[in-house]
Amino acid sequence: MLDQVIFYLFAAIAVVSAILTVTRRNVVHSAIFLITALLATAGIFLQLRAEFLFIVQIILYVGGIMVLFVFVIMLVNLDVAVRQLQFARQKWVALLISLALAAQVGLMFWSTGKMPGQGVPVLAAAPADKLPLNSEAVAEQLFTKYLLPFEIASVLLLVAMIGAVVMAKKRT
Amino acid sequence: MEFVKQYWAPLVCGLVIVAVLPLIVGYVVLVERKIMADMQARLGPMRVGPHGLLQPIADAVKLLIKEDIIPEDADKLVFWLAPVLSVAAALLAIAGLAIGPAFQIAKDVNIGILFVVGVSAMGIFGIVLGGWASNSHYSLIGALRSSAQLVSYETAAGMALVCGLLFAGTLNITSIVEAQRNQGIWFGLLAPVAFFVYLVASIAETNRAPFDLPEAESELVAGYMTEFSGFRWSLYFLAEYTNMIVVASVATTLFLGGWLRPFSETHWLNFIDFLPPLLMVGIGVYCLMRAPKQPVRVQQLFMLAVAGLCFAVALVLAAPVLVPIIKPSLAAVVKPYYEGIHGGFWFVFKVSAYIYFFMWLRFTLPRYRFDQLMRLGWHFLIPLSIINVLLIGIAMIVGQYFHLVGWSLLLTTIPASIIALIVALFILATEQKSEPQKASGAAPDSYA
Repeated sequence: MLDQVIFYLFAAIAVVSAILTVTRRNVVHSAIFLITALLATAGIFLQLRAEFLFIVQIILYVGGIMVLFVFVIMLVNLDVAVRQLQFARQKWVALLISLALAAQVGLMFWSTGKMPGQGVPVLAAAPADKLPLNSEAVAEQLFTKYLLPFEIASVLLLVAMIGAVVMAKKRT
Repeated sequence: MEFVKQYWAPLVCGLVIVAVLPLIVGYVVLVERKIMADMQARLGPMRVGPHGLLQPIADAVKLLIKEDIIPEDADKLVFWLAPVLSVAAALLAIAGLAIGPAFQIAKDVNIGILFVVGVSAMGIFGIVLGGWASNSHYSLIGALRSSAQLVSYETAAGMALVCGLLFAGTLNITSIVEAQRNQGIWFGLLAPVAFFVYLVASIAETNRAPFDLPEAESELVAGYMTEFSGFRWSLYFLAEYTNMIVVASVATTLFLGGWLRPFSETHWLNFIDFLPPLLMVGIGVYCLMRAPKQPVRVQQLFMLAVAGLCFAVALVLAAPVLVPIIKPSLAAVVKPYYEGIHGGFWFVFKVSAYIYFFMWLRFTLPRYRFDQLMRLGWHFLIPLSIINVLLIGIAMIVGQYFHLVGWSLLLTTIPASIIALIVALFILATEQKSEPQKASGAAPDSYA
């Protein structure tokens, strides 16, 4: 019961602030609502007893990426007209992509009961005291079963980082 | 009963902390002013109460009844939100800390130390948004400086924490301290370079001198706080000092043995247990000696009250040590009380020592220039901390190979730390050689 209340609370906050993120005209307000949406998502992770994902969401997205977002927004003080022009062009493409995504998610939910082996898997809830320790469980999966994807993702990030450094060096 | 224990006890604890923390912060400020005065051969605040002991309360009342000014062009909502965000993040981080083996609001959180670090890092939004919302150049530049500083130093601090966590093998705060008890050595001794990096990075993260660039009053008036007044300003102040307490607690937990007594497992050094009550008795006696010299009757009474408080605390500290000696049959009953009371004392003592070090630095070192600050962060501390993590990991593997535990693990970790330091200094030296014009003159920097 309490779990459901918490889930719907965080989900509502996430959805409302996600909508506000794209509708606000002021970029900084948008950023604040994006932070709220990310925090609400972190709250849902916590409600699912995935503490590690909860804190990673906060450290990486809220504490890292969003700080840089806000930093850039403040450094590059965009003019209102430029802002509107820039985003107007992508409107139809964005609509198409989000419709496709919505259709995909809808199909997944629709197929859940109807096609065996498809859709959202329905798992029985594990009792909270019998779950393995969260960060240990994540680490074990990451370094045994998913080692190769993990390493590839790391190398990708490293390449992006080095690329950024090289580009920044060239300009000065 | 179970329900009360699970939900209401942490809630009440949290409320108590939120209520008491402003008072503690007020007295930390008073102590800071007193230390500053001592280092500058002055007396410091002396007017309100004996030796200015009631100064924090007077300051708080003054701040609360001050006019609350919101600039005309400010973004009202964000201006209102920003200081609250700063304080909320700082207070939330306290929830994860363990002051003793039994006293922790969010008990046995699996992600313990990550929670504290991650949540307290959110306080930066308070600074950035506050600086932006005031719609003032000084504020904006202060906010940008602060976010650049925090992002750069958080990397170094995180890497330093990883070093300590390698020894602990867990993120849970209680287990980290237990690991230090089991290994018989504080991780700060095992990884001195990591402790040093965390020390420097934590000063930079709390925006304290010599890294208080965001609020450098000689260049930026008061940085991001320029437009804030009265209660809002005091919220920022509260957040800053709470953050100091949080980073000091994290360092204490991970590097200084948390609530453990020095040499907690060495039994012939058990007489250390008598030092805390003796210290309190000493302070009480000093207060008694000073009481007749106070000029006003109220001040004399106040001094006597302080002495009485010290004696009471000494009694509380002495009881769990003396009872097992007088009546050995009660030893098992007293044990948890001993751990709680003395653990709390040692934790507070270590945190205070760490904060004292902050203050000492503040009144000793001149402020860094912004490009110097950035160079220290990116060219020295971050490479140092990354190399240190690598070498400490290797040292641990080598230590395992030779079955080294506790103090003997120093044989491998100390050389590793020294090598890391040498390599980092070498990197710094080559950087300076390749960019000689930047090292000498002021660097061209858009937001310096």
